[in-house]
Amino acid sequence: MSFSSIVLQVLTGLASASALFLVGSGLSLIFGVTRIVNFAHGSFYMLGLYGAVALTDVLGSGPLGWWCGVIVAALLVAALGALIETLILRRLYGAPELYQLLATFALVLVIRDAVLRAWGPDDLLGPKAPGMKGAVDILGQAFPSYDVFSIFVGPVVLAALWLLLTRTRWGLLVRAATQDREMAGALGVNQRWLFTSVFALGTFLAALGGALAMPHEPANLNLDLALIGEAFVVVVVGGMGSVGGAFVAAIVVAMVKAFCIAAGEVSLFGAPFPLSKLTLVAEFAVMAVVLVWRPWGLFGKPQGAVRGAVALEQPLRPLPRVWRNVGWAAVVALAFVVLLDGPAPYALVLMIDLLIAVLFAASLHFLMGPSGMHSFGHAAYFGLGAYGAALCFKALGLPMEASLLLAPLLAAAGAFVFGWFCVRLSGVYLAMLTLAFAQIVWSVVFQWDALTGGSNGLVGIWPSAWLAPRPAYYLLVLAFTVAGCGLLVRMLHAPLGLALRASRDSPVRAAAIGIRVPRLQWLAFVIAGTVAGLAGSLFAFAKGTISPETLGVGKSVDGLVMVLLGGVQAVSGPWVGGALFTWLQDTVARQTDYWRALLGIVMLALVLVFPLGVAGGLKRVFIREPA
Amino acid sequence: MRTPILFAASILVTGHAFAQETIKIGEINSYKAQPAFLEPYKKGWELAVEEVNAAGGVLGRKLQVISRDDNGSPGDAVRVAEELVSREGVALIAGTFLSNTGLAVTDFAKQKKVFFLAAEPLTDKITWQNGNRYTFRLRPSTYMQSAMLVPEAAKLKKKRWAVVYPNYEYGQSAAATFKAMLKKLQPDVEFLPDQATPLGRIEAGAVVQALSDAKPDAIFNVLFGADLSKFVREGNTRGLFKGREVVSLLTGEPEYLEPLKDEAPVGWIVTGYPYYGIQTDEHKKFFLAYYRKYNEYPKLGSVVGYSTIISIAEGIRKAKSVDTEKLIAAFSGLQFTSPLGKVTYRAIDHQSTMGAYLGKTKLDGPKGVMTDYVYLDGAKFLPSDEEVKKLRPAD
Repeated sequence: MSFSSIVLQVLTGLASASALFLVGSGLSLIFGVTRIVNFAHGSFYMLGLYGAVALTDVLGSGPLGWWCGVIVAALLVAALGALIETLILRRLYGAPELYQLLATFALVLVIRDAVLRAWGPDDLLGPKAPGMKGAVDILGQAFPSYDVFSIFVGPVVLAALWLLLTRTRWGLLVRAATQDREMAGALGVNQRWLFTSVFALGTFLAALGGALAMPHEPANLNLDLALIGEAFVVVVVGGMGSVGGAFVAAIVVAMVKAFCIAAGEVSLFGAPFPLSKLTLVAEFAVMAVVLVWRPWGLFGKPQGAVRGAVALEQPLRPLPRVWRNVGWAAVVALAFVVLLDGPAPYALVLMIDLLIAVLFAASLHFLMGPSGMHSFGHAAYFGLGAYGAALCFKALGLPMEASLLLAPLLAAAGAFVFGWFCVRLSGVYLAMLTLAFAQIVWSVVFQWDALTGGSNGLVGIWPSAWLAPRPAYYLLVLAFTVAGCGLLVRMLHAPLGLALRASRDSPVRAAAIGIRVPRLQWLAFVIAGTVAGLAGSLFAFAKGTISPETLGVGKSVDGLVMVLLGGVQAVSGPWVGGALFTWLQDTVARQTDYWRALLGIVMLALVLVFPLGVAGGLKRVFIREPA
Repeated sequence: MRTPILFAASILVTGHAFAQETIKIGEINSYKAQPAFLEPYKKGWELAVEEVNAAGGVLGRKLQVISRDDNGSPGDAVRVAEELVSREGVALIAGTFLSNTGLAVTDFAKQKKVFFLAAEPLTDKITWQNGNRYTFRLRPSTYMQSAMLVPEAAKLKKKRWAVVYPNYEYGQSAAATFKAMLKKLQPDVEFLPDQATPLGRIEAGAVVQALSDAKPDAIFNVLFGADLSKFVREGNTRGLFKGREVVSLLTGEPEYLEPLKDEAPVGWIVTGYPYYGIQTDEHKKFFLAYYRKYNEYPKLGSVVGYSTIISIAEGIRKAKSVDTEKLIAAFSGLQFTSPLGKVTYRAIDHQSTMGAYLGKTKLDGPKGVMTDYVYLDGAKFLPSDEEVKKLRPAD
């Protein structure tokens, strides 16, 4: 590479870092103050871009029209953000941690369908910025003049945010609330107004990022999820709540990508490997390295606990005998579902999916609930189980029964390795490290054609003849699901579960009475991973085919949604949530073309009615907690 | 007295005499995950169903399509396939867009012995490595589309080629096919390091810069959709395409060319669908009917959706039944007329011979179009029968 090429790559990297920073800084601000893990942030970016394209269409793409279009679009989306915060999210601040995530996930679904309805399915390429359509000459090469402008946007916004946060009263309050929001409230700060304004500002930044991307990318419906991953990485690598950190992180991520693209290829085991393939996972690899090295990101500090927001979870008590009998009766009733095979064959097909979802959700709940470790990458273990089954069956040629039982070991091995790193972290950082590992596993599976079939996946993974009929396979899945869930419940009531809950509620006291907290949590990680692997293994043989989505982000998010929907504080939460979410998805998809929006609306309604999750809410109604 | 009893018995035996009035076709696709390509596709098959039924249906029965969304996930695709077969009692399954959902349903068809017509997925594996007797495929495969471009690429006599493709199976196999075939025609060709970009998330600035630095004589592009728009805009601004030939897969399809508006590339050699200029009778008829019904121009997806249903109707007519085995026998060698001309489902690998148009891009006012195009029959761009037999497992 010549000197001029390096300079141009660096400048290009800086320009894209600016764009990334705008999105990341908004997310960081919102999380810092409100503690909302805002999945809808990418949707606001997308809305900003669509809005700008639509407005410039009306206002014209002259200088006035273009700039008005960009700013007005961002302001409109910010107003929408404020409205959403007031109408929906505000009602959820008292709910258990992460619960708002469920609402923002529902918003993603609703916003995407609304955009499809409003602007149609085609990509919309907006006009270039007036006066910056061409290129300038830098060291004899053409460099887009809009990129020159972009390079300055990042630092300007950073400076503006810095001034706002350190030189204004509003900024003072934001910083106070970031550090200790209860104390800020006690000192008379109007929290409602503060939260709404921070959310609106964060949304504005996301939408501005989207609108300013107009000369670079067409407005399209996949932007929301494409953006959200990168935005989270930037925020976490920089340190949650640190705006300057987000800036540095954006530059690091952009530079690493530019390097991968520019570096050509290396020889890997004798075969040429184009480094550009690494861009698939570059940002997540950066995040994994940074988090292992610095558990709170580059410039983050340990998170202050949110005091008093949520009542500490009551100790787990054994269920009253009546309810235990109800549970056993339900299991027996489930066994009789096989009789439906004749009259309603699809019932069994759906029930198999429901049960597998229940087992997967239960394993994630074991981590998130009693162990207090939020995992955003739990699909990795589900997927490792599924691929383990496929590889034992296809590559090693083992019998189906052996493959089914051995597959969870691969998931256990994965959890064993990744868990060791993850348990050193806590809170959202832990969650993001699990996500980073999951993405790394995903990208390996996605690209390792010879072994995993690459993006197409593997086919022909069908059960043995005696298990092939639907009723037989259903009973198998039922048996494993009941056993798996039963085992997890049993462990929760055993000393292991007690120690886990103690470690979650007070790590220091737990350590003081001799519990080796990290080692215990590591064990919990492996147990949860193994059970998820079992679910994955059952899934593989139920479908006959697996592909990388089984361990992708979407699947991890589904798991989170199931656990939160059911209720993270109830043992039966994941069972209810897993079954409910899968059933909803299946049923709603048949009702209307806009089924995603409908699913989102149903979920929003459930979130608002049951702020402790569906099972959590029902538990409150039926079982009285001692005061 | 015997007739009513026989009639009653026949109801008992077949289960549902009245449901027999329509022929149910199960259709599965990723409508929400890929709306830009699948909305025109859906309009296409809806038009075909309307036409077939207006003409009296097939075997005296009307066609009824029961359509399901697979959410872009193979697991869900298999579930809805089971639902269509077991609950709705469809006679056969059609559809899918993504290669992984297509392969999942292909294997499901084999396991459950259900007839499956893969409409859109391009992966070679559906008819070759993972092919089976229950599965047929309509669209020309990745291999065929790449093969159509190779002779044109060889004619350019350029030595240094850069290849840019989305980093998943479609992009990888298109690039691999192109490279291998060009090397055969032009042994001195030299390929620069690949640019494999994440699907939907290309860092266009950096990729264009890296390509410029590599100084290729020509570029083979496999990008499409939003990635293509970003790549073209960035490449135009940075002067990447100045003095360089570009050979580009699928770029002439209106789905991909039209979003570029007046920034569409000029002089690229592409495969595609120039709906504005095809003068054959079968295309004119389709084009007018489509425009009359929807008041918009068809896209390639519309052609695929339309042809899927037309070929199914033709196949059932030939089989005189909706029995799976009879359908397989009928589809092997089935000839039908698609808007693009006569197409045959080959008996050897169940691939249709539907072809594509090859031409160059140019600007026509505010939008890109294809010019100097010719229709290439897919049958001419498939490997020899011996090679196909090696690729495809015996039934």
